[in-house]
Order: sequence, then C-alpha cells, then structure tokens
Amino acid sequence: MDEITQREDSAATPLMAPLAVSARDTSSPTSREVVFDMRDLNVYYGETLALRGVNMQIYKNVITAMIGPSGCGKSTFVRSLNRMNDSIAGFHVTGQALYHGHDIYGSGVDPVEVRRRIGMVFQRPNPFPKSIFDNIAWAPRILGMRANLNERIEKALRGAALWDEVKDRLKQSALGLSGGQQQRLCIARAIAIEPDVLLLDEPASALDPISTASIEELMHTLKREYTLVIVTHNMQQAARVAERTAFFSLDVTDGKRTGVLVEYDDTEKLFTRPADKRTEDYVTGRFG
Amino acid sequence: MAIALEGANPLGPSGNLPRRKRVDRAMRASATGAALLAVAVLIIVIASIVGKGASALSLDFFTKAPPLDGAGGGILPEIVGTGLIVGLATAFALPIGILIALFLNEFASPRVAYPIRLALDLLNGLPSIVIAVFVYGLLVIGSGQKGVDGSIALAIIMVPLIARSTQEVLRLVPQSQRDASLALGMSRWRTTLGIVLPACLSGIITGAVLAIARAAGETAPLLLTTSFFNPNQGTTANLFGQAIPNIPMEIFTQLDQASPADHARAWGSALVLVALILLVSVTARVLLARSRRKMQR
Repeated sequence: MDEITQREDSAATPLMAPLAVSARDTSSPTSREVVFDMRDLNVYYGETLALRGVNMQIYKNVITAMIGPSGCGKSTFVRSLNRMNDSIAGFHVTGQALYHGHDIYGSGVDPVEVRRRIGMVFQRPNPFPKSIFDNIAWAPRILGMRANLNERIEKALRGAALWDEVKDRLKQSALGLSGGQQQRLCIARAIAIEPDVLLLDEPASALDPISTASIEELMHTLKREYTLVIVTHNMQQAARVAERTAFFSLDVTDGKRTGVLVEYDDTEKLFTRPADKRTEDYVTGRFG
Repeated sequence: MAIALEGANPLGPSGNLPRRKRVDRAMRASATGAALLAVAVLIIVIASIVGKGASALSLDFFTKAPPLDGAGGGILPEIVGTGLIVGLATAFALPIGILIALFLNEFASPRVAYPIRLALDLLNGLPSIVIAVFVYGLLVIGSGQKGVDGSIALAIIMVPLIARSTQEVLRLVPQSQRDASLALGMSRWRTTLGIVLPACLSGIITGAVLAIARAAGETAPLLLTTSFFNPNQGTTANLFGQAIPNIPMEIFTQLDQASPADHARAWGSALVLVALILLVSVTARVLLARSRRKMQR
C-alpha cells in the first residue's frame, strides 16, 4: 500500500468541496467484479419484518453508501452482511445474500469465517483496553500471522493514516487517543487481518468535523485494496465519498413499518436525477 | 399558574420548603449516623481483638507449634494449615465460579440461565453447618477427617460468591467490546477469554478476595471435617491424608480451655486470622494496581 503523506489537520479540505478528479477512479463502478449479490433478501426479527425484498449488487473496490432516515434498516442491512445480527434473538433471513457467489447464510457456513473476510468498524470507536500495538496485533496473533508482526502493524497503521501520530507510543494504552485517532485505530485493527470487505456503520458520526474529513479521505485510499460499504445518515458525506449509493426508506402499511430499498444507483445520478419520488424528497430535504 | 413570589425577596422560601428542608436534614443525619455506626462497630471489633490478642503475639507465636501445656509456643502449624486449606479451596472454587459466571452471562439462553441462577442463590443461602454435614456424610464418614474435605466444604461456600460477583462485572463489559472482537473474525470463546475476562479482572479478583475472606473464617465446615488432629504433630501439609491444624479450630478449642494463657492464644490467633485476610486483600489490590499502571504508561 502506498505511504500516505500525513496532512496537517489545520489544512483540512473544506467539507463540501468535491475531491480532485485524480482522486476519483474513472472506470464505471458497475463494470467491476460483484462482491455481494442480494436476491430478494428479507430480514426478520422474530415475527417482525425489518427489511423487505432487498435486491442489490455491491461491486469490488467501490465505496457503496447506504443512506436513509433513521430506523429504516440501513444498519440492520449492513450488519446482516457479516452476520453480526446472529446473536440477536429471533433474527433470521429469507432470500439469498451471496458473497462471491456463496450464500453467507447457507447451511454449514461458519459466521466466524464470514467475519474473517468481512470486517466492520462501528459508530462509536471501540478500541480494546490494551496498548495500541496489542489492539492491532491481537487478532493476527490468534490467526497465526506471527511472522513479520511488526511490519504488519506498521502497514495497518499507515493504511489507516495513523502511523506518524503513534509510532513513538505503540506500547501506550489505546484509550489515551482522541476520538478520531481511536476510530482510525479501529480501522487499522480491522485491516490488519487483511479482510476482503470493510463495513463501516456511521464511522464518523461520533467524531468532530476534522476527524470526519480525515476518515473520509482515508476511505478513498482504502477502497483501492478493499471493498467498502458505509452507512451514513449524512447525505453530503455519501455524496463526497461514495460511487454508488443505496437509499433505504420506511414503508408503512397496515400500521407495520418495514424497511425497503427504494433506489440504488451511481451516486451522482441518485442525487441529481433520482428515479423515485421518495428519493427526490429525501435528497432535497423535504423529509429526513 | 406561576409561583407566587413572597413579598420583597423573590428567591425566599416558598410553599412547604421549610418542612422539606427539615426532612432533608433528618434523612442526611440518619444516613451519616448509620455509616458512623457501622464504622464504629468495625473499630470496636478490631480494637478488642488487637487489645486482647496483641499480648500473645511474639516471634515464637509465628514460628513455633502449640506447647504441650501451659504458655509459650505458637500457632505456626495452624497458620500453615489455614493457608493450605483455604488455598486449596480457592483453587477449586475460583475456576468453577468463573466458568459458571461465563456460562450464565455469555453463552446460556435466558431459559437455561434462570434455573442455574436460582440454584446458585439457594446454594449461597445454605447455612455453612448444613454444607459441613453434607461433606461430612459424603466424605468423612468411613474414611476419617482430611484437610481436603475441609477445602471442599469451603469451596462449596465460595463458588456462589465468586460466580455472583464475576457475573456482575461481566455484565459491565460493554457489548461494543464483544462486537469489536467478533467483527475481527474471532470466535465467541476467544472473545470471552481474550477481551471480556481481562477487562473485568479487577472485579473478579475483588470477588475472589471477598470469597476467600469469608471462607477463611468459616468454622462449622472445619469443625466437621478437619478438627481431630494431634496437637503435637507440628506443621504438616498432608491435606489428603489427615485432618490439618487450622486457626478457626485453634480459636475454638483454646477458648474452651480454662487457663488464661490459652485464652490469650485464642485472641492472638483471631488477630492473626484477621491480619492474614487483610494481607491477602491488600496484596491482591497492589498487584492489580501495578498491572493497571502498566497499561496506562
């Protein structure tokens, strides 16, 4: 992975400016390899249908954003992609969630293996109460990646744009880092085991604007090696960061609220020429 | 309707404030009084033990066996014996208690957890003499008293305490920590072992120390399982073959004697017991603080 030149936080890009063209990959996202293929996916919590009939394909090395109002199932959907919902009582799915052609909810599929390949970064940074080094080294050691551990840690920290800030204090507690640094540590921790996909559930919503900007910049670099799926309640963030965007909303019928995928398209098209009226209402701020 | 302001002072007492103030003062006074009473009781107990027992303390007290008769000698075999019996009981109870807590908190479904929790609570409430009789009937009859029988009885007393306190601290570990580990492709038990347990180590040790303190002072179980020993046999570590001398039994038998020298020895033994428990507690906390400081450098 290329070394990332550390930028001074005080010279952060203005939040609403589009990225320079050179930073955007110009090939069409939909021409890439398909990583996830949802076919009529329904997500249930017990008797309640939380998400109905999701059909979408997520492409390799593309940042795909899930946007939509609160409670419409975006987080549920993304957490279903790496079987993080398994521990919730009554959770089950119908339909197919294909990962490189194989149903992740198929019989005989070990959720641990699923999560080995599909990592996740959470809304609130959750570093372990260990040193910075041990936070990142813990999982690789257990997975048997003991050779060149120091190099692996450095590569992960560089990949998360955190190396320069912490290289002299790797043995100090991770809890002493700022919120933005902790979140980048969580990203470093996730990429240290070399996953295939990285799911980010509102990764910057608990952070200040400067840290948010650095995380967004980071995502553009990460997508060269990983496929990123991010949930965000911030439309502008989706516009800044993602090539493909999926708009989820709530469908209220017979008093029952179910999440549905309303529209899924290239980000630019979704925000400028949305096909569905509900999408248009949302992105123009008529409801939120 | 807005509050009616009294006369010239808009911030003066309104409505029934004087009465509420009196109630507030009374409650605070009684709470403080209760706390002081508890501390006073503790001080009185410690003071009387120290007062009556300090006279028996000497270097001999810690290094010699009880005398054949009269004054002098010490309680070294009893100190060693208590250490061994409680140590073995802890070795039994700590892993079992922690594993039960882990099972209840991390792996059991609510339907399975409820009866187990109930059973633990009932076990906790069993009088120690009942546990003693149980162990006596099961292990002592027919084969005679053994130190290990005492350890088993004490372990039965300790397990619910350790399980309960471990459970409480396990619950305090945020779910986000487990999520972080699972999201790295780690299995549930690996998450528990590597992230959850280390995070609540201090709480577990506190619970263990409290259980040890409780067990170290229990006399009824030892009475039925490890009380018939030859007072002249000296220090022994033969837990599995015979009854072992121990401090609670020493206190018990010495107080039964007529001579004041024996009484003094009883008080001295009590003092030593309290001091040993204090030593265990302080050591555990010091070790914990040291390991925590290493993390925060």
